[in-house]
Amino acid sequence: MLRITCPFCGERDYTEFRYGGDATKPRPAHGTSDRQVWHDFVFLFDNPKGPHREYWQHVLGCRQWLVLDRNTATNSVGESHVPREVASK
Amino acid sequence: MTRLSSGGRVDRNQRVNFSLDGRALSGFQGDTLASALLANEVKLIGRSFKYHRPRGFVSAGVEEPNGLFTLGRGGRTDPNVPGTTTELFEGLEARCQNAWPSVQFDLMAINSLASPLLSAGFYYKTFMGPRRGSWMFYEPFIRKAAGLGTAVHERDPDRYEARHAFADVLVIGGGPAGLSAAVTAGRAGQRVVLAEQDFLLGGSLLLEEVGSQAESWRREMQQELRSLPNVEILTRTTAFGLYDGNTVALVERRDAKVRQVIITLRARSIVFATGATERPLVFRNNDRPGVMLASAVRTYLNRFAVLCGKKVVVITNNDSAAATVSDLQRAGAEVSVADLRKGVTSIEVEGGKAVEGITVDGQRIDCDLVCMAGGWSPAVHLTSHCGIKPKYHAGIHSLVPGGYAPNQFGAGALNGTSTWQEAIDEGARAVGGTAVLNLSDTAHTPGYGIAPIWQPPKGSTKKAFVDFQNDVGVKDIEIAHQEGYLSVEHLKRYTTLGMGTDQGKTSNVNALTIMAGLRGIEIPAAGTTTFRPPFTPVAIGALAGRSVGKHFRATRRSPLHDWHLANGGEMIEAGPWLRAWWYRWAGDNVGSAYIEEMRLVRRGVGLSDVSTLGKIDIQGPDATELLNRVYVNAFAKLPVGKARYGVMLNDDGVLLDDGTTTRLSETRYFMTTTTAQAGEVMSWLEFLLQTAWTDLKVHVTSITDEWAGMVVSGPKARATLELAFPGHDVSDAKIPYMGCLEFNLDGIPLRLIRLSFSGELAYEIYTPADYGVALWEHLLKSGAPLGIKPYGLEALASLRIEKGHVAGGELDHRNTLDDLGLGKMASKEKPFVGRDLRQRPVLQAPQRWSLIGIECLEADKKLRGGSILFAANDQIEGHGRGYITSVTWSTELDKFIALGLYQGGLKHAGEEIICAFPLKNEQVRARVVSPLFIDPNGERLRV
Amino acid sequence: MSSRYSALSLARHALSDAPWPRAWGSPQPKPNYEVLVIGGGGHGLATAYYLARNHGIKNIAVIERAYIGSGNVGRNTTLVRSNYVIDGNTQFFEFSMQLWEGLSHDLNFNVMLSQRGQIVLAHGPGQHDALARKGNIMRLNGIDAELLDRGDVMKILPYLDYSDEARFPIYGGLLQRRAGTVRHDAVAWGYARAAASLGVDIIEGCEVTGFVIQDGKVTGVETNRGRILAGRTAIAVAGHSSHLAAMAGLRLPIESHLLQAFVSEPIKPFVDHVISFGAELFYISQSDKGGLVFGGHIDGFNTYTQRGQFPKVQTVAECAVALIPSISRIRLLRHWAGIQDMTPDGSPYIGRTPLRNLYIDGGWCYQGFKATPAAGWCLAHTVAHDEEHTLNRCYALDRFERGAELDDYGIGNWTYKQ
Repeated sequence: MLRITCPFCGERDYTEFRYGGDATKPRPAHGTSDRQVWHDFVFLFDNPKGPHREYWQHVLGCRQWLVLDRNTATNSVGESHVPREVASK
Repeated sequence: MTRLSSGGRVDRNQRVNFSLDGRALSGFQGDTLASALLANEVKLIGRSFKYHRPRGFVSAGVEEPNGLFTLGRGGRTDPNVPGTTTELFEGLEARCQNAWPSVQFDLMAINSLASPLLSAGFYYKTFMGPRRGSWMFYEPFIRKAAGLGTAVHERDPDRYEARHAFADVLVIGGGPAGLSAAVTAGRAGQRVVLAEQDFLLGGSLLLEEVGSQAESWRREMQQELRSLPNVEILTRTTAFGLYDGNTVALVERRDAKVRQVIITLRARSIVFATGATERPLVFRNNDRPGVMLASAVRTYLNRFAVLCGKKVVVITNNDSAAATVSDLQRAGAEVSVADLRKGVTSIEVEGGKAVEGITVDGQRIDCDLVCMAGGWSPAVHLTSHCGIKPKYHAGIHSLVPGGYAPNQFGAGALNGTSTWQEAIDEGARAVGGTAVLNLSDTAHTPGYGIAPIWQPPKGSTKKAFVDFQNDVGVKDIEIAHQEGYLSVEHLKRYTTLGMGTDQGKTSNVNALTIMAGLRGIEIPAAGTTTFRPPFTPVAIGALAGRSVGKHFRATRRSPLHDWHLANGGEMIEAGPWLRAWWYRWAGDNVGSAYIEEMRLVRRGVGLSDVSTLGKIDIQGPDATELLNRVYVNAFAKLPVGKARYGVMLNDDGVLLDDGTTTRLSETRYFMTTTTAQAGEVMSWLEFLLQTAWTDLKVHVTSITDEWAGMVVSGPKARATLELAFPGHDVSDAKIPYMGCLEFNLDGIPLRLIRLSFSGELAYEIYTPADYGVALWEHLLKSGAPLGIKPYGLEALASLRIEKGHVAGGELDHRNTLDDLGLGKMASKEKPFVGRDLRQRPVLQAPQRWSLIGIECLEADKKLRGGSILFAANDQIEGHGRGYITSVTWSTELDKFIALGLYQGGLKHAGEEIICAFPLKNEQVRARVVSPLFIDPNGERLRV
Repeated sequence: MSSRYSALSLARHALSDAPWPRAWGSPQPKPNYEVLVIGGGGHGLATAYYLARNHGIKNIAVIERAYIGSGNVGRNTTLVRSNYVIDGNTQFFEFSMQLWEGLSHDLNFNVMLSQRGQIVLAHGPGQHDALARKGNIMRLNGIDAELLDRGDVMKILPYLDYSDEARFPIYGGLLQRRAGTVRHDAVAWGYARAAASLGVDIIEGCEVTGFVIQDGKVTGVETNRGRILAGRTAIAVAGHSSHLAAMAGLRLPIESHLLQAFVSEPIKPFVDHVISFGAELFYISQSDKGGLVFGGHIDGFNTYTQRGQFPKVQTVAECAVALIPSISRIRLLRHWAGIQDMTPDGSPYIGRTPLRNLYIDGGWCYQGFKATPAAGWCLAHTVAHDEEHTLNRCYALDRFERGAELDDYGIGNWTYKQ
């Protein structure tokens, strides 16, 4: 079973978390009024077969969101980071 | 067959009585059902799937394709149970399957005559005529003939549990390699779990005689393992799946109290010592009862003291059959050998319900047992579950693991190793140790001298079976090849080879080598099918564990739950929650009760439990900024002590949730959400704050379960509060509409917020959950002179319809602010989440379906949820112009009313429409009206 | 001997032991085709077939990376139905249903359409109303639907849990009698054989490594077997769509998630209908070979591994027992997974792309299999006319830019919640 390391709680089963999608799409700044920018952010995905940096939330633990590096072709799980410490792509 | 008078690992002092098809038989403790049946000379135990050919046991293990039985009765009926792995127990009732009236005399054997018509893929070529839909005529016959055992629709009375486990080293397989790994790791102080599917440890060592050196070694290892406190031995435990993250799923078969336990085990390292299973050979009539795997015959002989035949012919392509030959001879059988490596060209078995003879190269030999030694297939299943395909090992002409993931190791016959010493060495090395164990092995030769010959080259391919269970023979593979189903996956699916309960354990390698031969390619190029969990079938009930009945999913209860139950409250599921739906004081059924409850609220005062609403505490200097960003309407100037209805959108511009947020201080807010979206909104706020708006200084905390919430609603609501909270000013001036007041009542914190869902004067009162019941009862007692009573969810949901409040039926993730008549709430001054995508053209289109009120024009008819709306002169077909979202009987208007979405919305106010419900052949005339059915100016709210 | 399938030809072949001809050949790829379809799954093969059959196009190839039918068409739980509520979906899936009804005869290959009926359950009045809305829409569009109350469900499915122990008591349901199951492999093989008989080249073991693009127009592909030029190119590769689209510089509105599927040991008839649980996403039917085939929700995170996580196996088993308590003793035989391309609104895209002469079909979420005939029909039409068919206009790739989502279940725009 996919095991994810929460930066605060340590290694846990993935079932303690909820998936939050691609973490490399930079969220447009609040107040951005470009519809195309928002559309691309919400509706388009790179969806890579390979390294993927994504969000998970430790909902059954500390409720912190984290950024996880995982390979979608193999499910091998890499490092997890606190979001504010990671600059978006 | 005979039970020998001595030997075997059965306890002759413990006789075990069982039955087969009602016939009383007995065996010994330590027998399997198969060994006990063979000891009782029962050879014919089944009929094959398609042709209903007589069948006997082929193997002594999990790879058994033929010997499947239905055990038990009633709710404990178990179809398709292999007799070879079933421990004999007192009172076991077994029945043969797939034969009528009996295995001895099976009418369906007539299928055999039609076998040329029933070859691979025949059903794709026919059953199409004469008309469309003809398959529906043939299908019931096909379905009745298909399937093996019969399951019954009765409840399973047994209990299953789930266990979570961790280990430093998980060793799968208790044969020489596994025992070595477990002992080595155990001695090094590691936390070891050794899992063995059999009820005895030993694996291939159990093929050896009881008096052998192998057996003493086995007992020594077992004893040492039992003595180590850091080692857990799990026999009767099958590791059935390897999953990501070094996790293995196992099923442990236990006892009468707990039938099975599913173990999810996360291991730092895993040693696969799963051994190998023997392959059959392919020749005409190789499926007759009495044609068995050579190693199985040895197992029955040495483990169970059962001699399967007196006149034996052993057919082999490798050296490992030699042990079977010598053991059989020692037991007094006459044995001859046909060695495919020495030029045997044709083999054909004779006999119908049992082997009577065999013709090898034209010469007939009388026999009652034929042993097949086709080489060994390492059990690569588990190691292949996580994407590492097995590879072909030319030395043993079998598949071996294609590699191992990090922290996973293999040892023993799994790797193609053929001697015990090598297996033991590998086992020890796999756990980072060196072997200090010695077990010399004269029986096995390296690579066991196998030649890649599985079929006698000139033998007939008719009735030469590859997959015994699904009746797939060489002829079928040839047909698949002819028709172009060449890849191993196509071959499998077209012929159904390998798709039975044994999942091809005895047929996969033979099949792909035959196909490779037909295609003229090397065996590795033929590929292999995907190995999938479970290794052996696992009861669905075991996988469900304790999550059955009411425990299927967690139940969330309000702090007032027990009170509702004790006081005539009828409950209803609302997502994971149970909520009070209606109360018995108001009527005998929901349909009449909710109307009484509505009347009470409109004319007097009622009390309702709203504890399930999501509640979020928001604190920090930037709390206001957060709200201002997520809500479409302005929150920046909300005064302290006031509440405001807020709507939030998702980034896509569609409604996410609505709720009310109250400002408790400059930097603190109390947000409520709908019950259904509470979790989603919470995660959403956390997401925005933690990943995007990291500069905002604000904390959000879920307090849904921490606070009980109840609403006092009706014209007499204030009077009720005056009675309940004497000495506290609850006047209109003190708590104006949308105002908030906090105070302590006898030390109990209360938070009153004057807002209304029902459209009457109303106050939501929150108190810490532990005080919920006390407050509730206090309000009921205080308000008794005013006639206060509780009202439930049905009335709650109906009152708001009269008021035109949108709720669940309208908030369906498709509707926009404008659709629900809330467009004016969207601020034009400040940006908010969803602002831009909300402007997408289709979301702003003028003819969208938007919120209307509907009043029924036909007094003798009902309005129904799910009705489709049409204009008065429309043809009643297609998708209409809208639909009803919520319905109620209106106690104020004395008619059925509804909310709905309608094309063009309130532009059509006053017009007649049709509510169509073709499912009940109904069409009801109605009129479009404002959704504010009562008190459109909100006077009752401000009284 | 004729290659036409029938009971008579089956008997003739059996008597004479004459070999059957190949169902489809393995030609070498030509350097040039009029239409190239990428993806040898149900949709790709159906598209090629309809291009030849409906539009008379002669020079067509289907190129498939592995072997045909190795993707989702061979992995799904075989359900077909046409019970959709949103305008656009209703018509499309009903058209597909009608094509299913004639498919065995059309292809001369028995796809074993079993219209045994599907019951979707409701566990409360609100859910029942939602089913009523759906059923009313179906009836208003000439599609069969019946609303059931609890007693009605009990008559049809007496073995469900009607006891006080049920966590989510059954309130009622919606029945579509024409819904049912189809033998999934037969669909791939049937379309392949029929397409091949109309001259379509089916090329397995051919993987696209790039597109040939000139002035915003796609003129062919690069593959591991060389360059293949084409007048028009269509992509029908489901879970690998983003991977392929990226080669053409396109980003798609999908995430590739994982859906598991399950089969039990084969048993005598036990469940005669398709049943969809209403408390959670779970669906079950019994195959004609006797195995109970069932499944639930996606695992919840995107992955291309095609193997599922174990807790989901348990979750699905829990639903199975909650729905049919007597299933407890029956054993799970095998579970596998496919890659499900999930769109934010749960509905697919079929049609043109921003690049000229490049067309795409994908984003099918849970409904790719039942859509196979209509998807092939519509994609073929779109390719042949360079314009969408009436039925797939609503499935434009750019509908998210316009706000034209088709959210049939009302779940909201999240790929991983659909």
